[in-house]
Amino acid sequence: MPKATRTLIAGEAHGEILELDEPLSFWGGFESETGTIIDQAHPQVGQSLVGKIVMMTVGRGSSSASSVLAEAIRDGTAPAALILQESDEIIVLGAIVADEIYGTVMPILLVDDATYRDVASLTAAQISADGQIDPR
Amino acid sequence: MPLTLDARDQALLDGTAGPAAALAMRVVVRTAESMEAEHLLDITGAHIDSCLYHGQAGLDFAQRLADDGAQVSVPTTLNVSSLDLLHPELYRGDAHTRDQARALMNAYEAMGCEPTWTCAPYQMDARPRLGENVAWAESNAIVFANAVLGARTHRYGDFLDIAAAITGRAPAAGLHLDTARHATIVFDVSAVPAKLLDLDVAYPVIGHHIGKLVGSAVPVIVGAPAGLSEDRLKAIGSAGASSGSLAMFHVVGSTPEAPDLETACGGRVPTDRHTITAADLRTARDQLTTSTNARLGAISLGTPHYSVPEFARLIELLGDRRIHTDVHAYVNTGRSVAHELDLRGWSARLADAGVQLVTDTCTYITPVMADIHGTAMTDSAKWAYYAPGNLGLDVAFGSVEDCVESAVRGEVVRDEGVWADA
Repeated sequence: MPKATRTLIAGEAHGEILELDEPLSFWGGFESETGTIIDQAHPQVGQSLVGKIVMMTVGRGSSSASSVLAEAIRDGTAPAALILQESDEIIVLGAIVADEIYGTVMPILLVDDATYRDVASLTAAQISADGQIDPR
Repeated sequence: MPLTLDARDQALLDGTAGPAAALAMRVVVRTAESMEAEHLLDITGAHIDSCLYHGQAGLDFAQRLADDGAQVSVPTTLNVSSLDLLHPELYRGDAHTRDQARALMNAYEAMGCEPTWTCAPYQMDARPRLGENVAWAESNAIVFANAVLGARTHRYGDFLDIAAAITGRAPAAGLHLDTARHATIVFDVSAVPAKLLDLDVAYPVIGHHIGKLVGSAVPVIVGAPAGLSEDRLKAIGSAGASSGSLAMFHVVGSTPEAPDLETACGGRVPTDRHTITAADLRTARDQLTTSTNARLGAISLGTPHYSVPEFARLIELLGDRRIHTDVHAYVNTGRSVAHELDLRGWSARLADAGVQLVTDTCTYITPVMADIHGTAMTDSAKWAYYAPGNLGLDVAFGSVEDCVESAVRGEVVRDEGVWADA
């Protein structure tokens, strides 16, 4: 079974897998009111991230992404979890503060390239607090 | 090695300085753990991006800290907010958002931050020196601090900025450490015609191009004219931090940690080498234009905030001409630079020419622009990158010369000749 190399934010989640074709900046590229991609240059513009296990290799762009992600977690429009290949403090900070202020956890996992490809091939998955990723 | 806290860190975490400092230290510690830091380090200053309103969550966090009596422990500047306090009549958003945005600004002022309201804190007199550790947020400020000042900040997001300012501590990891600051990718611009490299417009385009290729790696540029101005370096950094995650770069002969290629790479062999051509730059330039409409509705300059030398160039280009009556012209800047414009008599000159100054905020993050009929033109790669999504505008990127000429004529004109191969 695939497992995270590290859990940046530990918690449980489940949802459909959505692999992003390009990195997304949550600020300027994502609308917290609707949970959708609004970056006109992004190949998946218009796609909803709400409740999905969203995969992207790395983060991108603005510092304000932390605030937008925290707001989406508060509002219930955030992904169920994020899976990355490289740590991204801007994304992690949004999840830390949502946890600290509202007690709402959005897990963030780091995986290696092979695991990333394995998980991306799944339709849906269940994430455990220890970083285990099971098909669902 | 897990994170080790010293006695002061542990005391803050345990709440001996109150619940606000404890919350701030939890945010610093959790960030440090995600970065696999082994300890924390002292910072000499902070720049806060969290003061820009994005919703209730950011306000709840700031008010929790402020209500619990948090105070910053190092000199701390504030980034742009959602409101132009010097030109409040420009605001076209709803009253609720305005009030929330103002409450957020008040919370940060209450914590002892300086009300600087600029994304270019590096244009002010007091700025960090080579080797100083700071906690800066706002992507263009981060990359400027690292690349141009040689100060050290990781690519921090909102919330860590104020948490570090309150605790005076940041993770000893990432770009605070020597190894992460060395370049691994070389970009050679010596094949770009010298006459293009002599123009300001080359630099945001180079930054946009590099940002798309480097991910979060550190690049070094070789083959550029020595001693590039801070404004040109600002343009490279802000563009690359929008198209990618650029947080540090070197330009051999221009930036303080790159006296030569070997030093910039820390003595290691680069993993990758790219040659940039005029054709690459034409492609990158074209990616920054979404509009084919020749009718011009607006120009927006000053993203990041315009500097005094940039205003000098704008005034020189305008001469005694006026902006066309169908065109709205905006220039974003910090209130400290705006004050300098007043002292020089330039504010009145710009107003007479039909140029609207925007301070404390920026035209692409809050509704201050009038209804725009036609293309919006900019000399900023960052503005060109974000304005179509944020504002729903059709954008044309051009040089400041193109922008001024277009704004005077009321139609998009661009000097294509400067982009030729030779």
